[in-house]
Amino acid sequence: MSAAQRVPAQGLFRTLPAPLTWPRITLSGWWFQLKMQAQSGFLIMTALVQPLIFASIAMADQQAGNRTLPLLYYALGAGIMGIWSTVVFGCGGALSWQRHQGTLEPLVMAPAPLVLVLLGITLGTATVGLYSMSATLFWGWAVFHAHVDIADPGAFCLAALATVVALGLLGLVMGSSFVLYRNSSAISNAIEYPVWLITGLLVPLSLLPGWTHPLAYILAPTWGVQALRSAALGGDPWLPLLWCLVASLGYLLLGVFLVANVERLARQRASLNWQ
Amino acid sequence: MPPPAHPGGGAAIEVQDLRRTYRTSTGTFRRHRVDIEAVRGLSLCVPPGQLFGLLGPNGAGKTTTIRVLCTLLLPTSGTVRVLGHDVVREPKAVRRQIGYVFGGDRGLYDRLNAVDNLRYFADLYAIEPRLQRRRIEEVMELVGLRGRERERVEGFSRGMRQRLHLARGLLHDPPVLFFDEPTIGVDPVGAREVRQVVSELARAGKTILLTTHYMFEADSICQRVAVISKGKIVAEGTPQELKSAVAARTVVEVEAYGVPEQTLGRIRELAGVESLAVEVREQSQLLTIQAQEGAQLTARLLQLLEGVRVERVANREPTLEDAYVSLVTSG
Repeated sequence: MSAAQRVPAQGLFRTLPAPLTWPRITLSGWWFQLKMQAQSGFLIMTALVQPLIFASIAMADQQAGNRTLPLLYYALGAGIMGIWSTVVFGCGGALSWQRHQGTLEPLVMAPAPLVLVLLGITLGTATVGLYSMSATLFWGWAVFHAHVDIADPGAFCLAALATVVALGLLGLVMGSSFVLYRNSSAISNAIEYPVWLITGLLVPLSLLPGWTHPLAYILAPTWGVQALRSAALGGDPWLPLLWCLVASLGYLLLGVFLVANVERLARQRASLNWQ
Repeated sequence: MPPPAHPGGGAAIEVQDLRRTYRTSTGTFRRHRVDIEAVRGLSLCVPPGQLFGLLGPNGAGKTTTIRVLCTLLLPTSGTVRVLGHDVVREPKAVRRQIGYVFGGDRGLYDRLNAVDNLRYFADLYAIEPRLQRRRIEEVMELVGLRGRERERVEGFSRGMRQRLHLARGLLHDPPVLFFDEPTIGVDPVGAREVRQVVSELARAGKTILLTTHYMFEADSICQRVAVISKGKIVAEGTPQELKSAVAARTVVEVEAYGVPEQTLGRIRELAGVESLAVEVREQSQLLTIQAQEGAQLTARLLQLLEGVRVERVANREPTLEDAYVSLVTSG
């Protein structure tokens, strides 16, 4: 048993204060999630094909209509739809799959804060969603001859990054319920489409009933798509960007609170494994 | 290596009157809540550096107990401490000190290779980044997986998966280790290797709690054994002590075909019979009857089994398995 003792236990662990180890845990989870998604043929196909379908529907819809808004407006909405779908499907699927594989228990049992473990997973899936945005824009340009002239490229990149982080954090809030319930895939399917509609990704918010607006304002995709559209088509992207960041902070705080409680509830209800 | 010290200074694993109830429901339209008591007032104490076996049949409450100890389940009531830390109030402190080795196929990332599986957990256990590579090499060497590090886990045999589970459990060099049926489904050579590693870890001073339903496993490696049945500990002691509890007994084995349930009941009621275990083989039944020393059973048994085809009747010395069967079938 000498090998188990070669590295003395005292020297094995990082001696940094806990908060300084958190970025590494999150980054490690993010990279791990990207690696796992890259190994899944099904997820790759979904990520490759789905955004192109969204883009085609959105732009064909625009061309069949009165064309008051440019194609780029719809392409960006379709791009966010792709990111959202990747987050909600990837996050629900990842946790459901982890539970099925029996890996959720070792994750919960590790001393790292569960909220950071989940954050790594959700940010990883949101990053894969970035592909949706670029694929949608390329598809719009190549097939529908959309003009992809970005008015403020710097603000656009910043808005894209902020949107991905916000959606990842929204995924964290959802992820807390996915830890608790065994049928997390069913939950993710149920919330995928309503968010597309409510946040104005497909149709402008002004066309939706007034009662949906408060709901739209607390959802990050609403502000993310507004910031991206303003940065791309000309307008002020900074206010929606600010709201996107405020929403992100809100999701982070809510996520931390929910995960702590949900972990306890899951231990109480014995829902961490598949049986 | 000396046994690890801890704030409590006493037992490494301490369980007092543990109860755990699962709530489930039945019925399609009219749902009824049903409470299932998996563990009913279990108490045990494992001193630092001991290899302790929790022995019991399927559904006895072994896995529930180990999951509570590993902070994966909350107890319904009772007190559970690991190295002095309460699993309910201080789960993080407990998690830093323990390693959990699953039995079976699940619990690994199949699409990734062995090193990727371990590297992620090295970060989750806050292992110094510059030491991670060396530590992973060490545990891979220890479990005999050197040279297979870059292979995807989905191509691993059951024995290799078990060894990777073991490597992950040892990665952060925890002073307390929990093994949940670590040799289940592993071939005899692989199982012997796993038992060898467990014994070496115990010799190195680790406190180990191992669940199993293999008698010989508990007999060969555990320093102390508790037999659990229907959520309670029914006996505790060294394997020798448990064996001596049935040493003064007579064991009769009867191999027969189609023994009716009514006849089995009559055998149980025979004077001097302590327990009866029935093992159904392909076509025959093996009846193992434990009786008080000196009880002359053979003639009375054959009388009861009149009309039933009896293949053989044999007397033999009692084993640890007999002690176990007697404990889990009585009451």
